[in-house]
Amino acid sequence: MYRYDEFDHAFVSARVEQFKDQVERRLAGELTEEQFRPLRLMNGVYLQLHAYMLRVAIPYGTLSSRQMRKLAHIARHYDRGYGHFTTRQNLQYNWPALADMPKVLDELASVEMHALQTSGNCIRNVTADHFAGAAADEVADPRPYAEILRQWSSMHPEFSYLPRKFKIAVTGAERDRAAIQVHDIGLQLKKNEAGELGFAVYVGGGQGRTPMVAKKVRDFLPVEDLLTYTTAIVRVYNLNGRRDNKYKARIKILVHETGTEEIIRQIEAEWEAIRDTDLKMPQRDIDAIDEYFRAPNLAQRPEGWSKLASERKADPAFARWVDQNVTPHKNPDYGVVTISLKPIGGIPGDATDAQMDLVAEIAEKFSQDEIRVSHEQNLVLPHVAIADLRIVYDLLLTDGLATANAGLITDIIACPGLDYCALANARSIPVAQRISERFGSPERQSDIGELKIKISGCINACGHHHVGHIGILGVEKKGEELYQISLGGSGDEICTIGDITGRGFSSEEIVDAVETIVDRYLEIRADKEESFLATYRRLGAAPFKNALYGETANAA
Amino acid sequence: MTVKVLTANRLTDGEAVWLGANGEWLDHIDGALIARHAEAVSALEEAGKAAIKSNLVIDVNVIDVEERGTSLYPIRLRERIRQLGPTIRLDLGKQAEKPSANAA
Repeated sequence: MYRYDEFDHAFVSARVEQFKDQVERRLAGELTEEQFRPLRLMNGVYLQLHAYMLRVAIPYGTLSSRQMRKLAHIARHYDRGYGHFTTRQNLQYNWPALADMPKVLDELASVEMHALQTSGNCIRNVTADHFAGAAADEVADPRPYAEILRQWSSMHPEFSYLPRKFKIAVTGAERDRAAIQVHDIGLQLKKNEAGELGFAVYVGGGQGRTPMVAKKVRDFLPVEDLLTYTTAIVRVYNLNGRRDNKYKARIKILVHETGTEEIIRQIEAEWEAIRDTDLKMPQRDIDAIDEYFRAPNLAQRPEGWSKLASERKADPAFARWVDQNVTPHKNPDYGVVTISLKPIGGIPGDATDAQMDLVAEIAEKFSQDEIRVSHEQNLVLPHVAIADLRIVYDLLLTDGLATANAGLITDIIACPGLDYCALANARSIPVAQRISERFGSPERQSDIGELKIKISGCINACGHHHVGHIGILGVEKKGEELYQISLGGSGDEICTIGDITGRGFSSEEIVDAVETIVDRYLEIRADKEESFLATYRRLGAAPFKNALYGETANAA
Repeated sequence: MTVKVLTANRLTDGEAVWLGANGEWLDHIDGALIARHAEAVSALEEAGKAAIKSNLVIDVNVIDVEERGTSLYPIRLRERIRQLGPTIRLDLGKQAEKPSANAA
């Protein structure tokens, strides 16, 4: 894992001291709210419906046990005993007092954490594949490059006041687990024919009110050119991105309005001018960062497979959890464990202080002291020996963390919605809870197979509804919550924006509507191997619209 | 009948508060100063501006509420949730002190 050097420590400490002074001046009335608001946002402090909210950055979703314990400690002492893991791999506290914020940031700094780049029109916290450094299908670990981008973008003087926020995601495998094509810049690590490492570069993806799939602007960018090329992209955006209308200010609109060919021409022209400057990375600099993320020395544990076979046989619930929540590791004696934060009927992404402490303890003993946060609002133990799966499962069971539903219909992404968020128009979490309860039986979930439901409580799409296999968007209509359904979205390597089915559904109707869609899928799928998304891609929206609205729905 | 009250979040902890008939900011909507006509609404707005200047509250808004007997019922769900707390965590927010309430 990355460890702060002296510069990092001094930089974060200085920011805490600066913010402490700003909070004191605000509470003393020396700063107005108008003056203070941009300052608090730069330090991750938002105002929600019931209280302030602090968004803590978890760069590329990687945490140590020590850091997780600190998050638990903060939840216990400064909040209400829990935190909410978000679709940006961050953590949000929903109840901290303003006067406590500097102390909380101080606590975070003591474990090399902060809340920088979690708000404002800057380059936000860089996200990455949550299986980075562990997944069997990985070309290379994306985290060193995410860390390089973090160092480069933190307080970047040229890019601190962009037209709008700017999100970068990096993945290290062909299989996109970081939804890179719905980011402002998406980077996919790959090797060229000569075996050299580089990136496929995507630009102009995003969700929100105008969802767009990113355009590939380069098929192969050598890793040494990462910062020069990224600078060129952000510079073109900073210069030409719209500042007259906040809803048209993201780079996706610039790419759309300019055209892919022309935007590539502009980026390449800018790049030509800077590609051989200081930002071109010497291999030794890349190696120095790479070293922090060196794969742990994993002991040989070949006894695991025969042990697992008998343990699976003895306990079907454990077998189901292994099948669903454990994915292949680079080392065949190990597995990557997804800890579902989606208990049946629970609140997606919430974890109590005790659960955080438990995960920290398990990670310390059984996962090389490493934890990941996924954009799907789950936690991940990246390096668990197959031989230790049973004991890890048993420990997770003690505090409701062993739900066997990763990737299934109850593994729902939901934004905080109107229960907390000042921007929301409708609630998301209660809809997720009711869907989870409706489909909660293990047999039913298993029969349905992979199906990603994603729910947002407003058009900003923090719940990623546009890329849900079934997406649900909550709106307010005539004072009531109304839920619009879209189908066929996907945030993986074959990225698509979902199609809206038609008129929305009331809060009472929405779960039945989802069930209608799922039942129709089960009727028309080619066989049990054909996923919901594959069926939708084969047959289109018509059978589902017919099921929802009747045969006349497609006549128009 | 729909009337209006003034609501905000307290500066120190962000807690939802309502301007009371006694001029204090109250933790609960009960006892909020009610504006029944345009002049009274203007007075609420002025009170809001003054409160921002005096550094007690932020995010001040005039909201619609319905008088239901002796209690006030915010028209928008958003305001009912602010009044009570998250509908998914009845152990949190103001509803935790008033368990009979229900926002939705």
